[in-house]
Amino acid sequence: MVAGGFGVGKTTFVRSVSEIEPVTTEAMMTDASADFDDLADTPQKATTTVAMDFGRRTLDESLVLYLFGTPGQARFWFLWDDLIRGALGAIVLADPRRLADSFPAIEYFENFPSVPFIVALNCFHGILPYRIEQVRDALTIGPHIPVLTCDARDTRSVQHILVELIRYAMTLTSSPELVH
Amino acid sequence: MAGSLRRSGRVRPYTLTHGRTISRRPLLLETLISVPNYDPAIERALIAESREIYRLCRGTRSVIEISAELAIPLGVIRVLVGDLADSGLLWVHPTAPGTGVPDQELLERVLLGLQTITR
Repeated sequence: MVAGGFGVGKTTFVRSVSEIEPVTTEAMMTDASADFDDLADTPQKATTTVAMDFGRRTLDESLVLYLFGTPGQARFWFLWDDLIRGALGAIVLADPRRLADSFPAIEYFENFPSVPFIVALNCFHGILPYRIEQVRDALTIGPHIPVLTCDARDTRSVQHILVELIRYAMTLTSSPELVH
Repeated sequence: MAGSLRRSGRVRPYTLTHGRTISRRPLLLETLISVPNYDPAIERALIAESREIYRLCRGTRSVIEISAELAIPLGVIRVLVGDLADSGLLWVHPTAPGTGVPDQELLERVLLGLQTITR
């Protein structure tokens, strides 16, 4: 899962490793804030659509990786509940200039300890104009959660982020007490 | 009162599913679907969206891919796939049992596969 605020670069990130052009698919869901039961046989529920991108990368002859770019706002959390069931891990993609946009995603994953997540700061050419520690402080996340920089446009950079996520996940499965 | 709820004039896709919004078995986004015994007579007998799904799934597809390729919302796909599966026309591939924590062997395979990405 690649979660993050609007315009942070999720589609670009997915595109950089996807063997197919990222496809936007609409998930239609009940808008819980507006539903009601009418008196007819079929209850009317207001629905809202959520667009999410997905990409795909074949890893070996029988293994395909799916990447899902999910919108970062808290109201879409119930879409994430669906995705997270089968997820190997998640990347919170953040814009260092708009860190607050990533807070809802971080909060969500902190409450889902069985899914490893890392934070990737999308920077032009992967260059961060601050120190990583300053970003860490601003995000107030645990010290064992990787915070990395990347350039979402660059395949190698995105590959590096995915590799680091899997490596991090492997340390968690081998040492369950580290699970956040 | 029902009329004032409508936000748009278009027919909502859920009307295709006769008002049901819950399919009978959970279909994860990555769950693979295929047609075990393709029959052109069955394809002809199915209605539009179900027919498209049946035709598409002669080649194995995941639920999310069906939704994306046919441009039909996910919730609708789930219901239609569920119905077709219940009728024995589609096969829902088993999903690897999830304990919530990915196993080391799978992670290693993923890591190896990722490390071959060069593009």
